[in-house]
Amino acid sequence: MDLSFTAEERQFREELRDFFHTAIPDRIRRKLREGLHPSKEEHVEAQRILNARGLAVPNWPVEWGGQDWTPVQHYFWQDELQQASVPFPVPFNCTMVGPVIAQFGSLAQKQRFLARAANVDDWWCQGFSEPGAGSDLASLRTAAVLEGDHWVINGQKTWTSYAQNADWIFVLARTDMTVKKQEGISFILVDMKTPGITWRPIQTIDGGREVNEVFFDNVRVPAENLVGQVNKGWDYAKFLLGNERTGIARIGISKARMKRIRELAEQELDGDRRLIDDPVFRKKLVSVEIELKALEMTQLRVVAQERHLEKGKPNPMSSVLKIKGSELQQATTELMMDVMGPYIAPFFEEHDLEFGNEPPVGPPDAATAAPMYFNMRKVSIYGGSNEIQRNILAKAVLGF
Amino acid sequence: MDFDFSEDQRLLKDSVDRLVRDTYDFEQRKTYIAAADGWSRENWARYAELGLLGVNVSEDHGGFGGGGAEMMLVAEAFGRGLVIEPYYACVVLSGGLLRHAATAPIQDAYLPGIAAGETLFAFAHHERHARFVAHHVGTTATATAAGWVLTGEKSLVLHGDSADKLLVTARVSGGVRDTGGIGLFLVDTNAVSKRGYATQDAMRAAEITLDGVVAEAVLSLDAWPGIARALDEASAYLCAEAVGAMEELLAITVDYMKTRKQFGRAIAEFQVLQHRAVDMKVQIELARSMAMYATMMAAEDDADMRARAISAAKVQVGRSLRLVGQEAVQLHGGIAVTMEYKAGHYFKRLTLIEKSLGDTEAHLERLATMGTAF
Ligand SMILES: Cc1cc2nc3c(=O)[nH]c(=O)nc-3n(C[C@H](O)[C@H](O)[C@H](O)COP(=O)(O)OP(=O)(O)OC[C@H]3O[C@@H](n4cnc5c(N)ncnc54)[C@H](O)[C@@H]3O)c2cc1C
Repeated sequence: MDLSFTAEERQFREELRDFFHTAIPDRIRRKLREGLHPSKEEHVEAQRILNARGLAVPNWPVEWGGQDWTPVQHYFWQDELQQASVPFPVPFNCTMVGPVIAQFGSLAQKQRFLARAANVDDWWCQGFSEPGAGSDLASLRTAAVLEGDHWVINGQKTWTSYAQNADWIFVLARTDMTVKKQEGISFILVDMKTPGITWRPIQTIDGGREVNEVFFDNVRVPAENLVGQVNKGWDYAKFLLGNERTGIARIGISKARMKRIRELAEQELDGDRRLIDDPVFRKKLVSVEIELKALEMTQLRVVAQERHLEKGKPNPMSSVLKIKGSELQQATTELMMDVMGPYIAPFFEEHDLEFGNEPPVGPPDAATAAPMYFNMRKVSIYGGSNEIQRNILAKAVLGF
Repeated sequence: MDFDFSEDQRLLKDSVDRLVRDTYDFEQRKTYIAAADGWSRENWARYAELGLLGVNVSEDHGGFGGGGAEMMLVAEAFGRGLVIEPYYACVVLSGGLLRHAATAPIQDAYLPGIAAGETLFAFAHHERHARFVAHHVGTTATATAAGWVLTGEKSLVLHGDSADKLLVTARVSGGVRDTGGIGLFLVDTNAVSKRGYATQDAMRAAEITLDGVVAEAVLSLDAWPGIARALDEASAYLCAEAVGAMEELLAITVDYMKTRKQFGRAIAEFQVLQHRAVDMKVQIELARSMAMYATMMAAEDDADMRARAISAAKVQVGRSLRLVGQEAVQLHGGIAVTMEYKAGHYFKRLTLIEKSLGDTEAHLERLATMGTAF
């Protein structure tokens, strides 16, 4: 055991930091810093810059564009990227479907989809949840029936994030009704332009437009778009959800939020005293920072351990990261509201803020503080709710 | 002390509960938000008819002559319905200021207009760096031959965009955070420039610029004691409103838990979720008790005792509403983060109540500085 970073590791980190700050336009990073939402075009632009340097999908196998990095290097990549407020490479592509295709897909699928996913030539979305299948995902009812050389899909997905941006959707569909529910599910790749697919946006409480319902009405998908084996989709989904879970910890993003909170608290005046000079407020800040530090070290340990685990097998520690990481993201949104005080109240459409149609009321970022707090309640719900994570951990802790 | 309602109070409660039930379901509420003013003038007229706008106005001024307990009943019902009309800004805040910080002739001139629903008032008080210090007043008042001339910027003025008259605080003497030297003036809204906007909880507010405006009337040149009292009453109102909203939110959550099925059963059957609903209930009970305490103490003449009690109540209610709001969303799952479903709207209103008239942290600090909660 050696608990210090080597000189090479530190240099690697600095180079990444430098690159993220200089190569990704500040006009994009600024949006994330201030709690706004980069457009689809801006996400694509940022990811393509990363991809050109081999920095979009380092977690993938090397032959498909990944990096042969140590766990520490992977950690530096994520941490620096998030701290620089670089839009994270589209998670549906890079954390979710990419690794599944790389691990379980056919050679033809890898050749067809992986490079395009890394470069967001295709934007993917995740068609797992259904109105009746949330936490109990395996009870999903969207059905795919093989007719000749096509799967015909009927049913409905919901909560589909950024379906409005998507070219492709990866779908969990029931392909055998007669067996145990986990054993009759397949993983299918569907072109969003296929006739029979429609979608409807669902507005979130912050006023945002991120989730959608997606309907499948006799959607015909070439048989070759099935990933891996028929009825083995649940295994692939579990592999994917394990990755998604770890990704949701987003420690670097919380660190960037904390930095922004400090910046704003240094400017914000309570009478003629700066908010940052309030010792009670500073105690609240460092309490969250300490927990973030503890989580960060935990994540490093988990990532280091991962090398010794059987590939594709979910690690219950990922649930620790998901629970604590989501709670801390939520804690940062509460601290940001503390900075704003009564100025969390005014509501403005993001569009009007972005184009200066509405001059801000109160401190900088005030208009995004409450929406972010409202919106981020989702992180303890999605990716497997925190209750479900606790159920998973309970099994591990109690040895059931 | 008597926790039972009197006959008159029961009648009032029945009528306001019925009003909310009949006119304020989730779909109806959307139509009110979409109206030109961002709230419903028709509802306002109905409240006037039912006497709700004069609940705490004396009978001489055309009101009902009620006190804190009556206001609490209205607040709870309005919390349950997420009522968006300017009741708090006009009846509670401005009415309170007129009752506690204005001379008799001014009361005679304006309170009947509130009770009858004829004149809409708003309280133009907050300034940019006041944060939660209620006696922060930088706007200046200068005596001239034409009258008192007011200059300054007022911010987050609830319903300042649709008000006819503004009650404006301005400094007659002293420093920005002195309690002495605060004047309270009446200004016609046409005399100021204003920028209205929606708030996160679907109400309205405005930024107001006073650019050498001549006041229409003077309420008081040493207004702080009256303002403090009106704000304490308003805090008690908000506490009760939060209790109503929390109770409704728990009811909505429990209903949903009984109907939502996952893993082949209602999620209400998961014991871990039952306990979370119970924790919400515990917090609501504590909040209800402290809302009552706030109502009781808002009538206290000793300003120090009153302020400490109000801070204690606001802290408890602030803690309760945060837990109840967050847990309600969590126990629902994804549906509660959508605009289409009502739970999230309660969560938003509760969040804004916590940041009104001092957040939890500010009241903790105030109470710790003043002494003890006992
Ligand atoms: C903003 C947002 C974006 C999303 N994006 C996507 C997406 O892109 N693609 C996609 O497929 N899905 C997506 N989801 C869906 C998400 O994965 C589900 O919301 C999640 O699985 C929970 O399901 P549910 O919302 O139906 O809640 P439910 O499963 O109905 O849960 C309700 C409550 O019951 C609890 N509960 C359920 N079962 C148990 C149990 N056994 N023990 C204890 N407690 C339990 C839950 O924890 C929760 O508190 C998204 C959700 C949100 C909110």
